[in-house]
Amino acid sequence: MNHDAYDDNYIRSILNNVKSIAMVGASPVNVRPSYFAFKYLAQRGYDMIPVNPGHVGKALMGKPFVASLADIDRPIDMIDIFRNSSHIMPVVEEALKLSPLPKVIWMQLGARDDAAAEKAEAAGLKVVMNRCPKIEYGRLSSEISWMGVNSRTLSSKRAPIPTQGMRLSLNRTSFGGGQTAASDRAAKNKTETT
Amino acid sequence: MTDRLPGFSTLAVHAGAQPDPTTGARATPIYQTTSFVFNDADHAASLFGLQAFGNIYTRIGNPTNAVLEERVAALEGGTAALAVASGHAAQLVVLQQLLKPGDEIIAARKLYGGSINQFTHAFKAFGWNVVWADPDEIESFERAVTPHTKAIFIESIANPAGSITDIEAIAAVARKAGVPLIVDNTLASPYLIQPIDHGADIVVHSLTKFLGGHGNSLGGIIVDAGTFDWSKDNKYPMLSEPRPEYHGIRIQETFGNFAFAIACRVLGLRDLGPALSPFNAFMILTGIETLPLRMQKHCDNAKAVAEFLSTHPAVSAVNYAGLPGDRYNALQRKYAPKGAGAVFTFSLKGGYDAGVNLVSNLKLFSHLANVGDTRSLVIHPASTTHSQLDDAAKVKSGAAPEVVRLSIGIEDKEDLIADLDQALRA
Ligand SMILES: Cc1ncc(COP(=O)(O)O)c(C=O)c1O
Repeated sequence: MNHDAYDDNYIRSILNNVKSIAMVGASPVNVRPSYFAFKYLAQRGYDMIPVNPGHVGKALMGKPFVASLADIDRPIDMIDIFRNSSHIMPVVEEALKLSPLPKVIWMQLGARDDAAAEKAEAAGLKVVMNRCPKIEYGRLSSEISWMGVNSRTLSSKRAPIPTQGMRLSLNRTSFGGGQTAASDRAAKNKTETT
Repeated sequence: MTDRLPGFSTLAVHAGAQPDPTTGARATPIYQTTSFVFNDADHAASLFGLQAFGNIYTRIGNPTNAVLEERVAALEGGTAALAVASGHAAQLVVLQQLLKPGDEIIAARKLYGGSINQFTHAFKAFGWNVVWADPDEIESFERAVTPHTKAIFIESIANPAGSITDIEAIAAVARKAGVPLIVDNTLASPYLIQPIDHGADIVVHSLTKFLGGHGNSLGGIIVDAGTFDWSKDNKYPMLSEPRPEYHGIRIQETFGNFAFAIACRVLGLRDLGPALSPFNAFMILTGIETLPLRMQKHCDNAKAVAEFLSTHPAVSAVNYAGLPGDRYNALQRKYAPKGAGAVFTFSLKGGYDAGVNLVSNLKLFSHLANVGDTRSLVIHPASTTHSQLDDAAKVKSGAAPEVVRLSIGIEDKEDLIADLDQALRA
């Protein structure tokens, strides 16, 4: 599995198929990226569970915080990890103890742990690293185009009028995956120099 | 769902646009409105807090402009773009994200005369200091780097003389200095050169020229390549530090590889205000649909005219990179193999007066201060666009007294040659 550049079909099938997402490191502070992503994914119809031992007793968009993955009372399809790269491995190890196993481990924009990814993939899970599910959903649905972002998708179909809480179609024609050639090059340059 | 990379012409027609969800309109509608109704208070708060995708107010974003932004981002191979009111506004908004008073920008000496003015006077008044370097001597860029350098600025094909810049060599200097390379790609358009492929971190355009292409609308655009790490050594606090305007959001952390375009929108355009009219965005989008066809014709015509002039007895020199003997011909074949553009200069044996006479004798060429129109244009830079420069600076920027600049249109080339021929004889 090449984790430098993902095929859009890979990301699309994950976002089309998962229903419940536990967000590890979710923050109730409304300027944190995890808060934005949590809220957006909840509004797009995902069953979101905030995981953060520091905020147990509080709720995020009406969903109560839990301290750890083991405290979740229902099967979860995807774990979205909003932690630095150095804190990924323990979360993945905890996820691999769940029964049933989650289907997807997703590491947030800026986070990457290849050893943890390998472990999850060996157990049959799909892994995405260094991406934001909100950005990818916005891109594949082209909702992100409102901000002048290159969605790298095309469609000649008339889309339904988007309303709040609606799942959007992600099945547009993709070209070349989410990253541009230039940004892939930049990512490579960065890993080479660090 | 094929993950097949569409060609340039397909992107020029389709990227960013789709049938309007409300009406089914296939052409991109002109959303000529100042503001957009919120669903409810929570939606409004999400939009203002940059938490949701959507529209608030046309100074910050507009659906017609967004189509233009995505289209140009796709054509340039960037991650995102921001459309603004003019090419000059694009330059202002870009530098506002990068420079504080006392900082420096290294700029190529060969730039559009209006940009030289903007950098020398307006930006100087903000405390942004320009250090000029010679694009024909790469070491002059290296020598200009100081601890205060925040960016390097060049034109891919330089106005007025149509010289070609060695983008990769200057990108290497920028990389070493740890600063972004900004390329003004106005005269090339992405059809001829895609500067991001050669190491540019930010591309700007005057959409007024070849992209709009019909001489009817001003516009500018900023394209984010997504290549630069703004948080690396804290040199770019607009992108790396918590922004008090947005309750402490860090732009790069939140928006990843399109953070620069977002900063230009939510910190630059929002506060400085040079928004593009949606009507202009519509006109420019319509122009872009035929960019590949027009640009090839512009280049083919320009080459024929340059060849004609190079053998004319009244002409002492032609500066067109598409001519085999030209000093920029090797760079043209590397960077712009489809054509050398359509803006170039030539020198008249008769000097300043011959330049003034030629301009008044032409019947098809229009005498005006623009380039990149369907119509062929002519100007005498020394008495117009570059008249504010002193004589030495005129020569250095390619606008000596005997020099005439042409912008070749998409008419029949035989008619353009005949018009020049009669005007040179008259
Ligand atoms: C290369 C170049 N850059 C920038 C500009 C400025 O663009 P605008 O007139 O749209 O502000 C021009 C205009 O002539 C130009 O030729």
